[in-house]
Amino acid sequence: MPMKVQPMSNNQIPQQQIGFSWLLKMAWRDSRKNRSRLFLFISSIVLGIAALVAVYSFKDNLQHDIDQQAKELTGADLIIESRRTIADTTLKAIENLGDERAQERAFASMVYFIKNGGSRLIQVKALEGKYPFYGSIETSPTTAANIFQDGRRALVDQTLMLQYNAKVGDSIKVGELNFQIAGKLEKAPGQTGISASVAPIVYIPLKYLEETGLTQIGSRITYRFYYQFNDAKDLKNALTKLDPNLEKEGLSVETVASKKEETGRSFTDLSRFLALAGFIALLLGCIGVGSAIHVYIQEKLGTIATLRCLGLKAKHAFYIYLIQIAFIGLIGAVLGAVLGTLIQFLLPIVLKDFLPVEITMQISWLAIAQGILLGLIISVLFALPSLLGVRKISPLNAIRASFENQNKQRDPLKWMVYCLMIIFIFGFTYLQMKSIVQTIAFISALAIALLLLVWLSKALMFVVRKFLPQSLSYLWRQGFANLYRPNNQTLMLTVAIGLSTTFIGTLFFVQDILIQRVTLSSGANQPNMVMFDIQQTQKDSLNTLTKSYNLPIMNQVPIITMRIEEINGKKIGADSTNARAFRGELRATYQDTLTVAEKVTSGVWTGKAGAANEPIYISLEQGYANRIKVKLKDKIVFNVQGMLIPTVVGSIREVNWGSLQTNFRVVFPRGVLESAPQFFVLMTKVPSKEVSAKYQGAVVTSFPNVSMIDLELVLQLLDELLSKISFVIRFMAGFSMATGWIVLLSAVLTSKNQRIKESILLRTLGASRKQVLIINAVEYFFLGVFAAAAGLILALTGSWLLAEFSFEASFSPALMPIIGLFSTVVALVVITGVWSTRGVLNQPPLKIIRNEG
Amino acid sequence: MQSILEIKNVSKTYQSGQHALTVLNNINFSIAKGETVAITGPSGSGKTTLLGLCAGLDQSTSGSVTLNGVQLDTLSEDQRAAVRNQYVGFIFQNFQLLPTLTALENVMVPLELRGEKNSKTHALELLQKVGLADRASHYPVQLSGGEQQRVSLARAFSNQPALLFADEPTGNLDAETSEKIIKLLFDLNKDAGTTLVIVTHDLELAARTNRIIKIKGGQLIANESATHV
Repeated sequence: MPMKVQPMSNNQIPQQQIGFSWLLKMAWRDSRKNRSRLFLFISSIVLGIAALVAVYSFKDNLQHDIDQQAKELTGADLIIESRRTIADTTLKAIENLGDERAQERAFASMVYFIKNGGSRLIQVKALEGKYPFYGSIETSPTTAANIFQDGRRALVDQTLMLQYNAKVGDSIKVGELNFQIAGKLEKAPGQTGISASVAPIVYIPLKYLEETGLTQIGSRITYRFYYQFNDAKDLKNALTKLDPNLEKEGLSVETVASKKEETGRSFTDLSRFLALAGFIALLLGCIGVGSAIHVYIQEKLGTIATLRCLGLKAKHAFYIYLIQIAFIGLIGAVLGAVLGTLIQFLLPIVLKDFLPVEITMQISWLAIAQGILLGLIISVLFALPSLLGVRKISPLNAIRASFENQNKQRDPLKWMVYCLMIIFIFGFTYLQMKSIVQTIAFISALAIALLLLVWLSKALMFVVRKFLPQSLSYLWRQGFANLYRPNNQTLMLTVAIGLSTTFIGTLFFVQDILIQRVTLSSGANQPNMVMFDIQQTQKDSLNTLTKSYNLPIMNQVPIITMRIEEINGKKIGADSTNARAFRGELRATYQDTLTVAEKVTSGVWTGKAGAANEPIYISLEQGYANRIKVKLKDKIVFNVQGMLIPTVVGSIREVNWGSLQTNFRVVFPRGVLESAPQFFVLMTKVPSKEVSAKYQGAVVTSFPNVSMIDLELVLQLLDELLSKISFVIRFMAGFSMATGWIVLLSAVLTSKNQRIKESILLRTLGASRKQVLIINAVEYFFLGVFAAAAGLILALTGSWLLAEFSFEASFSPALMPIIGLFSTVVALVVITGVWSTRGVLNQPPLKIIRNEG
Repeated sequence: MQSILEIKNVSKTYQSGQHALTVLNNINFSIAKGETVAITGPSGSGKTTLLGLCAGLDQSTSGSVTLNGVQLDTLSEDQRAAVRNQYVGFIFQNFQLLPTLTALENVMVPLELRGEKNSKTHALELLQKVGLADRASHYPVQLSGGEQQRVSLARAFSNQPALLFADEPTGNLDAETSEKIIKLLFDLNKDAGTTLVIVTHDLELAARTNRIIKIKGGQLIANESATHV
C-alpha cells in the first residue's frame, strides 16, 4: 500500500531512541568473524597484565609472610649490634636485659678444610646461647644446631661442604683451632640464598673464639647481643632506657618491628622493579593494541559508513566499537589475571635466592582486581585515539570508495585522550616509584627510547625509499617497497620488537661490562690475590713465604683502625646532623706518595708530616668528605686506639675504587702513625689455580688469622650473583619479549587482508607461489633487520653511556652475542611473517577471491 | 504536485591543496512525491556528489537542499542521520551489506534504528518479497551478487522511506540479473509509492523513470521527461 508522507518542518526532526541493549547487540553482531582477530590484538596486553598481577600477588603474599615470619627473621625480640669493642660500662648496662640472652661475634676469616687442604674466606659466627629464640638454625642432622656449642664443633654452610667435599665429622681449622663439623648449615635466621653464596657462614661456639687467635687488634668484629622478652612492656622499657646511649656508644638496635619494616622496604623496592618491568611489557602491548585497533577501524570503514547512511548517529557508531574493545579488553584482562595468578607461583622459584622468608602462595583478589581494572583501562585508553576516529567517518564512504574526509581539523577529544595516556603512565609509574624525580627519569628514558626508535624507523624508511636501487630485481624492489607503502607495519614493528631487543640487549651488555671490569683488573701487571689482617709480627715471615713460592710482593700497605673523635671542635652528639661521621671504625693508612688509583682534586697532597708542632695534613676521599660534610682546612681529631691525633684536611682525592688494590677514605702522611698498632695488607699475583691453592693452604696453616681474597673467587661470586640477578631480570624481560612477538604476530595478521589482495593480484598477474613468498620474506627480513638494528643501536648506546658514566669502565662488547641476538630477532620476524601469510600462498587465487567475496 | 526534494542553487566545491575544485555548480531542480527520476551523466560529472547532497550524506558549499520539508543544510550530521533513517532508503552499486550481519539482520538494522518492535517479522516479510526468505540466516559472503542486491533492496524498503536513492544499482551485476533487480526495484517502489531517484549510466534504465536529470561538468544540462529522451 502506498505510504503517506507528511512534509515536516525543521523542528520536527525525528528523534532516535537507541538503547544500550541494541548497541550491545550490534557490537556483538559486528564482532562476528573478527573475534579471533580482536582477541589477538588484546592478547598483546595479556602478558603485561599477567606480569603485573603476578608481581602484585607476590608482593601481597610476601608482605603477609614477612608479617607472619618477622620473628623468625630476627630470631629474637631485640638485637643490639656494635661494630667496635663495647665499653665495660655499656656491657654491664646491656648484659642483663631480657628473659633469655645470647651473643655472637661475626667476622670474616679463612676456613681450612683439613682433609683436602682447601681454604676459603668465610663468615665466622661465634655463638653463645640458645639463639634463635624464634625459628631455628636449620641443620642436617637436625640435632647439630643444638649440640654444636657443647664441644669444639662447627656448623658449616652446605654449599661450602659440597664445594670442598666435606662430610659431617670431618675437621676444619678456624684460626689456630680445629673444629669437628657437627652438621651442614642449611638455613640461618634471615639468611638468603644470595647472602649464603656471597659470604658462607661457619658457626663455632663463642667460648673457643679467644683460642682461635682471631680477635686481635684490627680484626673487624661485629658484636651482636640477642634478647628474648616474655613481656612486651619490658622490651619497650629497655628500648627507652637504651635510646640515649645508643649513638654515643656506636650501638644499633634491631627489633622485630624494625626488621619487618626494613625487610618490607627492601622487598617493596624489588616489587617496584618487577612491576615496572611488567609495566614495560604492558606498555608495549598497549602500543600494539593501539596500532591493531587503528587498522581494525580502517577495515570497518565501509561498515561504519553504511550504518551512518542508514541513519546511525556518530556517537552510536563510536559506542558500538567502544563496547567491543571494552569487552575484549575485559576478557584480555581476566585472562591476564588468571595467567598472572598462575605465574605468581613461579616467582618464589625465580626469586628464591633473594627471599629471607618462606612464601605461602595464596590468591590475592586485590591483585586480580587491580590487574583487571588496569587491563580494562589501558585497552580502552590506547584504543581510544582510533575509536574516536569512528565519529569522523563520513557516510559518503559508502558511495565513494576513495572518499577522503575533508575535515582534517585536529580532534580536541583525541588530544584529551593523549593527555590522559600521559597522566595514566605518569600516575602508574609514580605509584611504583614513589618519587617524582625517578618517575620523570623512567618516563623520560622510555620516551627517549620510543622516540629514537620512531626516528630510526622513519630514517630507515626514508633511506630505503630514497636509495632503493632500481637495478634490483622486481621481487626485491617489491619486498623493499612494502616497507614504506601506505599502511605499512614498519614503524609499529620497529618500536615493538626494537624496544624488546633494547631491553634484552642492554641487560646483556651491562652484565658483560661488570664481568669484564673485574676480569680486566686481573691484567698482566695487576695483583690477583689480596691478604689482609696481617699482624706486624707476621709481616716479614709472610713476605718470606710468599717469595718462596716465587710470588711477587706487589703492594704492602699498613692499616690503622681509628674513629673520629671531633670535627671542627664538635664531638659526637653535638652535631646531630652529622652522626654518621662518628659511627663505626675507620681504616686508614699512611703513605708518602699517591697510588695510581688516586688523584688530588683540591688542596695539596702532603706525603710527609712536618715538625711536631706543625699541623698534620691528611687527605680524604671526595665521596667520604661529602658524606661526613667536611671540606678543605677543616679540623678532625682522630681517636687511634685511645690516642687523640688532631689533623687538618689538606687535600681531597678522587679514588678509582674499581682497581684491585687497597684504597682508603683517609690517608695520613708518613711520620705520624708508624708506631700505632697496625696490621698489613699484602698483594701478590699467583700464576695459576694450582699455585693459588697450594699457597693459600700454606698461608692458612702458618698464619691462620690472615684472610685471603682470591680474584678467582671474586669473579666466581660476581658471576654467580649476576647470573641470579639477571635470571630475575630476564624472566621479567621475557614478558616484554613475548609481548613484542605477539605484537609482531598481531601486526602481521592485521595486515593480512591487505597482503591477501596484493598476493591475489600478483598471482593473477602470473607471479608464482615462490615469487610471492620471496617478496614477503624480503619484506619481513628487512623489517626484522630494521627492528633488531634499531634495538641493538639503542642497547649499545645505552650500555656505552652506562659504562662511561656510571661504571666508569671501558665498553667493548663481544661481537658474537650481538650477532646472535640480531640473528635471533631477524629469524623470529621472518618465520612469524612468512608463516602467517603462508595460507594465502597455498590456495588458488580464485578460492581466496571467493572467500573474500 | 507537492515536492519531496527541492534543490536550490546548490554548489559543491572541494579544496584540493591550494586549488578549489567545483564539482557541482548552481544546480536547481525539484522532485515531486511518488516521482521516479534518473540522474545521468558521464563519469566525473558530479552525479554521485549530487546524490550525496540530496540524501543528506554531505553538505553543499552553497545553496539549499530540502527533503520532505526539512532543510538539510542547517542540520548537524547526527540530525541528518535521523532524517535518513526516517525518510531515506539507499541502494548501492556495491550492495554495502554489513558483512558480519546475516541477510535478515541487514534488513532489520534500519527498523531497529527506528526502534520498531516487530523488526524481525517485518524484515522476514521483505525478504519473502525479494525471494530470499530461505537465505535469511546467510551472511553476505554466502550470497551471489544478485542475491546481495536483493537483500539490499529489502533493506532499502524496510523503513518505508519517503525517498529512495539508488546509486548505479546494477553497476556490479550481469545483464540478466540486472533486469531482475530493476524489475523488483520498480515493483517494490510501485507497491510502496516511494519517490525513487536513480543515479545511472544506463540510459535504458533511465528511460524507465518519469524524468531524467542530466549532469555534465558539474552543471545541470537537462531536466526533462523520460519520454522526451
